[in-house]
Amino acid sequence: MSGLITTDVLVIGAGLAGERAAISAAAEGNEVVILSLVPPRRSHSCAAQGGMQAALGNCAKGEGDSEELHWLDTVKGSDWGCDQEVARIFADTAPVAMREMAHHGVPWTRVKGGPADYFIKGKKVTLEEPHDKEGLIMHRDFGGVSRWRTCYTADGTGHTVLYTMDNMVVQLGITVHDRMEAISLIHDGTRCLGAVVRCLRTGALKSYLAKATVIATGGFGRIYKYSTNAIINQGTGQSIALDTGIVPMGNMESVQFHPTGIVPTDILVTEGCRGDGGLLLDVDEYRFMPDYEPEKQELASRDVVSRRMAEHIQKGKGVPSPDGDHLWLDLRHLGEQHLRTKLREVYDICMYFLGVNPIKELVPVRPTQHYSMGGIRVNKDGHAYGLEGLWSVGESACWDMHGMNRLGGNSLAETVVAGMFCGERLGQWASKQTLSLDAGLAAKAVAVQQERIDALLGDGLGQANENADELLNIMQETLQDKVGIFRKGDELAEAVDTLRDLYQRAQNLKLRSSTRGANPEVALALRLPGMIKLGLCVAKGALLRTESRGGHSREDYPERNDKEWLNRTLARWPEGAAEPDISYEPVGLLESPPGHRGYGGATNIPMEQSVQEYNDNVKQEWIKQGWHETATPIGAELKEMVEYASTKES
Amino acid sequence: MARQLTFRIFRYDPSDPGSKPGFVDYKLEETPRLNLFVALHRIREQQAPDLQFDFVCRAGVCGSCGMMINGRPTLGCRTLTAELPTTITLAPMPAFKLIGDLSVDTGTWFRGMSERVESWIHTQKKFDPTAEEERMDNETAEKIYELDRCIECGCCIAGCGTANIRDDFLGATALNRIGRFMLDPRDERDSEDWFELVSTDEGVFGCMGLMGCDDVCPKELPLLEVFAYMRRRMTEVARGKAKPDAGTCLPVIN
Repeated sequence: MSGLITTDVLVIGAGLAGERAAISAAAEGNEVVILSLVPPRRSHSCAAQGGMQAALGNCAKGEGDSEELHWLDTVKGSDWGCDQEVARIFADTAPVAMREMAHHGVPWTRVKGGPADYFIKGKKVTLEEPHDKEGLIMHRDFGGVSRWRTCYTADGTGHTVLYTMDNMVVQLGITVHDRMEAISLIHDGTRCLGAVVRCLRTGALKSYLAKATVIATGGFGRIYKYSTNAIINQGTGQSIALDTGIVPMGNMESVQFHPTGIVPTDILVTEGCRGDGGLLLDVDEYRFMPDYEPEKQELASRDVVSRRMAEHIQKGKGVPSPDGDHLWLDLRHLGEQHLRTKLREVYDICMYFLGVNPIKELVPVRPTQHYSMGGIRVNKDGHAYGLEGLWSVGESACWDMHGMNRLGGNSLAETVVAGMFCGERLGQWASKQTLSLDAGLAAKAVAVQQERIDALLGDGLGQANENADELLNIMQETLQDKVGIFRKGDELAEAVDTLRDLYQRAQNLKLRSSTRGANPEVALALRLPGMIKLGLCVAKGALLRTESRGGHSREDYPERNDKEWLNRTLARWPEGAAEPDISYEPVGLLESPPGHRGYGGATNIPMEQSVQEYNDNVKQEWIKQGWHETATPIGAELKEMVEYASTKES
Repeated sequence: MARQLTFRIFRYDPSDPGSKPGFVDYKLEETPRLNLFVALHRIREQQAPDLQFDFVCRAGVCGSCGMMINGRPTLGCRTLTAELPTTITLAPMPAFKLIGDLSVDTGTWFRGMSERVESWIHTQKKFDPTAEEERMDNETAEKIYELDRCIECGCCIAGCGTANIRDDFLGATALNRIGRFMLDPRDERDSEDWFELVSTDEGVFGCMGLMGCDDVCPKELPLLEVFAYMRRRMTEVARGKAKPDAGTCLPVIN
């Protein structure tokens, strides 16, 4: 027997994006239930260290900052692959989001007026922090930015913001069902009605029916062998959306490698290490980044720094170790006081997991899979393409403010901003809907999943001759080796072949255990085919994109090609297909025409169309792809802005 | 030569009427820098596919993997086998409801704790999206963060003499949370508001003073100081001496 639970808004995922969306939806008068694989405060948002970008411009090096500059840095960071209008919504909303979190209790690090010592580009400098800003939110430097604008709480930003957010959820009495996994969406081909959910305490299935279903399950980094992601970041939310056969994933080949995962264990140490003056050294303890990136040095965007590191290791300048070649992160000059306060988590991680004392010793690091820019393709309200009533926010979505590379500190900020902005819109949308109580459809969806579980626990699936752990390892190694920082056509084609084969093999799983309750082997067997499907979307998208843009870097196509590839990849998986169908749409309305980023040193093939010609086509192409009309007509904000600018001029 | 390790692991599936609680031994060869996150996954992959345990961040920040390691509650991910004898006994943390094997229900417990201490800023002020953020001196922010670092792993509860014999004891994590809000100038609750909850046997006076919490806290929160401060503050309220602004000057941490 399975239970049936109804609510107005069902949020899948209790990290920052999901909880903030739940709060907004509740504020619109909806009943909200949040599901989570783990207790909310254990969500991966809690592990974010460095901070959140918002153009408050409170400190000396933030002076003159504006939403406009934040927007432009974000567009450049994305290598012009983002939706510029979404980037503008984000940059404009971020300051309010930070202040709201301050109001609710985040103990942000604050400005202290007077002289303060910093390390900038390898040199110690003393700056005068403004006395008139004393006590406002402080900022640190991050990669790819024109001003210091990262708001932070020491190096526990994600932790403090998530704890504050979950406090708000508790205060509002929003229901959270933890240890619950949505394993399929209930839909009728045009509308999403809820989800089939497996209880990770008992193994039992339930169905949740809701007017709006919101996927906020974070990234899918764990399809890679070496990832900084928490082990729950297996793309469960993207998988169930892809399984509908209708909803496309956007830009799945756009995967971020963070410069400083520690070796071994792949745990992240924040970009704040370099923001606060940390340096990258090679086997000779030589500081190599200024040779590659004279302007930004260690603080170019992540895709660029990671590529330069990989390039330098390929030149034989890596430090050999049993766990592979790495480089060094030098934090010693920052001093004990700084490392034991502002970078305290980093200090603990180095001490506990490496036995390295960063006050005295160098920290072994290498670029490590870190972030999924791609995800469930949504319109600017967060409404998924193709399926009414399905929404997505945060890393699980492709909203798409990051394009082919996201800037450090922009994703943690995105969680709260998208949660606010899209949460309000989906809350307003849901409050106008009536709940479709199609218990028959729900029962059918549950039966499909129950059959799958029964088969797994019985004789196995298909030929019942495959082991889930083994297939998982092959998948992770394939993506790691062949769909990494530098990509080549022949290797990508091999990866697609291997993954296609693995997907077939995953139809023949046999478990070794038969425990019916909270059996982790069942959980893995249920997730695995979806993970392989996501991997195939990544690999196939990467194979077909014959250019280099942001985090997608093709050795055989080293130029960014704005003539042919100024677009977003969409991957759908039709029912019964062996691999995804790939199509493309324009990136969105162009306000800033593609240009040079000011770092990274790549060459570009210019676009042939005029910006006007490109923009004229956008809406039609989006509709063709299943785009839902946004609450504010598309382009309205952009038009307002242009009008405003022209009145200012006249 | 690499050590042969014996993991003596508590196994029990409460959902299965046929399951009997007991310890099962698993052998594993030690590899360099082996920690319990890697070791337990290896055991699951190679020997016990249905073994239940909880890890999320595997970096010591999410608080999921509290467990009894040779009788002491601590984080599994941060524990290296090299620091342990060849026989490693693993059991679920007491004081929490067992889900199965090493997995316990900390989520329900901590949500209940948050509701009980009303773990949110109590203020009459409404958020004004057009206004600059309210100012706070950085030292105050640092003091709040010091206590806000609790990761809700539950080790302090598992290691607490009182919490193990009475369910209604708030425990160190809750008192620490209260301390965090007492310190916060944004929170308008005063000593009188806290008195009902904190000054009882369920609160700070239920503590037997064993201070197991302070011994085992993986984040090294200043729990001794928190308890000392709470007792004193509550005694002052009882004697009618509490200063209304005392909440902003908790002398605990530097």
